[in-house]
Amino acid sequence: MQGASSTLPELASVPWREPTDAAWLRRWGRVWHAWTLLYTVPFLAAAVGMVWLDPLATPVALAALAHAWIIPELYAFRGASTVRPKGPRNEAAEPVAQGLLGDLLGHEERDLQRDTGLALERGSLGIWLVGEGGALLVIPGGRRVHCFCVGTTEPELPPSDRIAHLLLALRQDEVGFATVANHAFAGAHWRVRRRLPKAMRPALEAARSADG
Amino acid sequence: MDGTGHTTLAEWSVEDDAAFEAAVREFAGQQELGYIGTVPDGPGKATHVRALPRDADMVILRRPIAGG
Repeated sequence: MQGASSTLPELASVPWREPTDAAWLRRWGRVWHAWTLLYTVPFLAAAVGMVWLDPLATPVALAALAHAWIIPELYAFRGASTVRPKGPRNEAAEPVAQGLLGDLLGHEERDLQRDTGLALERGSLGIWLVGEGGALLVIPGGRRVHCFCVGTTEPELPPSDRIAHLLLALRQDEVGFATVANHAFAGAHWRVRRRLPKAMRPALEAARSADG
Repeated sequence: MDGTGHTTLAEWSVEDDAAFEAAVREFAGQQELGYIGTVPDGPGKATHVRALPRDADMVILRRPIAGG
């Protein structure tokens, strides 16, 4: 096709970034895993150590345990927040915008998007769930989820239009899409699931099932 | 935008030179506004086009994306 390109043109705005391919995702998945252990294990060890040394230190040990629980939760919340509904709802234009998005999706994906707000897209890196201002990537195996913050440069579009434009970019160049997006979090699917709005959780389950 | 969520900016056919030229001008105008030409290429696939392909069934114009 004349003038066709398989590369996302938006990559020109982030020339310094390494391509976010499968190897990159594996590496950063391990980095996030190690990072989670690094900020959790010391608090757990401190809590156990304090109680062992002096049971009177139990309140301080409980505070340390709370830190070990809260900090990973905050990171997971940050990841899940990438796909939370955000920006203007444009309720008058949204039903019409659903038309374009609906044409891009298959029957099951269309129903899932209407129920959960997330569009499921199968890619070579895994199963994507595209939201209005972000995307989740369930990597093969379904145990780890990468969270990306990414949106159109026209944030006042109706939510379904924002998803449609992201979906088109993802279909053009999956690695380019992941590279342009800001990586926000990687972690176990259950950590992300707990912090997703309830209505969105079935989409994550559907992505894991689609992967299997 | 029509009731289906689409706005038809131009229509052309392989045989109709005048319609194609008008579509090329419209396409160039939209590119100047920052839109990116995308040709749906079967399920889950799309191709970025810098010039309007004469033989494409449909070209969708999308807004650029950026990390949030």
